[in-house]
Amino acid sequence: MGVKKSGALAWLQATPFALVFLLFLVLPLVLVAAVSTWHASDYELIPAFSAQNYIDVFNGCLNTGELCVTLKTYLSTFKFCVLVWAITLVIGFMVAYFLAFHVRSVGAQTLLFIVCTVPFWTSNVIRMISWVPLLGRNGVINQGLQGLGLIDSPIEWLLFSNFSVVLAFVHLYTMFMIVPIFNSMMRIDRALIEAARDSGASGWQTVWNVVVPLSRTGIIIGSIFVITIVMGDFVTIGVMGGQQIASVGKIIQVQTSYLQFPMAAANAVILLVITLMMIWGLTRLVDIRKEL
Amino acid sequence: MREGKRPRSFYALAIVFGAFVLFLYGPMITIFVLSFQGPEGGLTFPMRGVSLHWFAKLWEGMGVVDIAAAFRRSVALGAVVMLFTVLLSLGAGLAFRKKFAGSALLFYTSVASLIMPSIVVSLGIGLQFRLIDTALKALLETMGLSGLLEGYGTAMGLFTSALGAHLTWTLPFGLLIMLAVFNRFNPAYEEAASDLGATKWQSFRHVVLPLIAPSLVGVGMFGFTLSWDEIARTSQAIGDVNTLPLELQGLTSTVTNPAIYALGTVTTVVSFAVMGGTLALMKVLRR
Repeated sequence: MGVKKSGALAWLQATPFALVFLLFLVLPLVLVAAVSTWHASDYELIPAFSAQNYIDVFNGCLNTGELCVTLKTYLSTFKFCVLVWAITLVIGFMVAYFLAFHVRSVGAQTLLFIVCTVPFWTSNVIRMISWVPLLGRNGVINQGLQGLGLIDSPIEWLLFSNFSVVLAFVHLYTMFMIVPIFNSMMRIDRALIEAARDSGASGWQTVWNVVVPLSRTGIIIGSIFVITIVMGDFVTIGVMGGQQIASVGKIIQVQTSYLQFPMAAANAVILLVITLMMIWGLTRLVDIRKEL
Repeated sequence: MREGKRPRSFYALAIVFGAFVLFLYGPMITIFVLSFQGPEGGLTFPMRGVSLHWFAKLWEGMGVVDIAAAFRRSVALGAVVMLFTVLLSLGAGLAFRKKFAGSALLFYTSVASLIMPSIVVSLGIGLQFRLIDTALKALLETMGLSGLLEGYGTAMGLFTSALGAHLTWTLPFGLLIMLAVFNRFNPAYEEAASDLGATKWQSFRHVVLPLIAPSLVGVGMFGFTLSWDEIARTSQAIGDVNTLPLELQGLTSTVTNPAIYALGTVTTVVSFAVMGGTLALMKVLRR
């Protein structure tokens, strides 16, 4: 069997898979980039090549007084991004560490890992609205606090607020941190931990100087997942923010539903560039640390 | 490490873990209980009796939304996505065992698909189909086929644009699983088969396929459940009809009774049934 023949077979086998990405990922992205320079009338798209849409996106952003809508929206999205990233990283690391280093039998490890991942396969919207009976005005938490006499009137910021958006993100996406970090931790040679301990490292020192650097790949992969999800989100922020909180994804969604495709495309290109820069920065940041 | 007294950190982290599991499942259990709310009951506790009232309400349909039709659409789409995910991931997985030009590009493209903001993908596909519509209508007009032109609505639909959008989300997971499976696959079995005179096809059909069958079932489950819950990529790329999760997202802001919890219970039961069925099938295949 010659190399050429097996190469041809491999091509044949991979072609349907590759075609899907060509037709439904590459081509659409090229179109988004192209249409971002087009014009639109009320009922049709007019091919053109102008930067007008991009200028419109940043309209008023050069004013020194108040922030323009675009920058405000990005700031708000970044804020969610940083908060959710930090919280999911800490929780995800602790859960993965417990599973990888403290659970001793493989059976228990597998079972607990599955327990952590099962909700991933259930509906996200359902998991969001399942907070309503707990956080609502008459929800369990407000009733409980009022019953204890700790508060006189219901706390309003529990639901449909920044708080509930962050809570839902953490609830939905910590799994994306746990799985890759756990995977990295399972590959760590246990002898290295023993060696650190034998050399007199405290528990914290072992975690910080041995486990964290060796889990680096998992931490980066998890971070990339969480950051890209939050940057482009409009469903979670929409449902848990009571459709009152702006996000970049929501701007694109609204513009698309009003058929303002060129503006939506320009916003999508900007979102994509910023997200890619964040991913690139993240990998660089960790690389630099390794160099030091 | 494996023996001896548990360190104090074990107990601290065990508490964190327990709290996390409670955080994961607590709210889900709450709406499961509340979906059996009595007819007089509301969106929050207390329970005013126990009944199947809200499931019956759900069955009748919620206002203008035909839940049963959306349910059927989502099941059908999920099944097709599952089939495509299994077949295409298997093909790609087999291809990646050999060296072929462009394999790195294909791998990174599918990883990029996984981390691409979904709204961008969705917008792109929506745009693509709108341009296809425009082009087709112009074509029909120049050909003078006015009859066809009047009947033509849009190329967007459940099994065109929405299927494509779902596959950009399920296939990367399928490929990653297949790569992991073949990384651990022992080629000695195949070599033994070919030494015994089996053709390429025979060794695939009778040796490789039975060994990887449980993993393929797992890929199928990923395909169905990811499609069953997909919103973001479908949102701009489906046209006039909606899938169940899209209807559900719309209902969150309009429905103010426990019927929405009943819907949540039903969709969660479907997810769990698929997972249970998958595990059972994997067990049978591993025999």
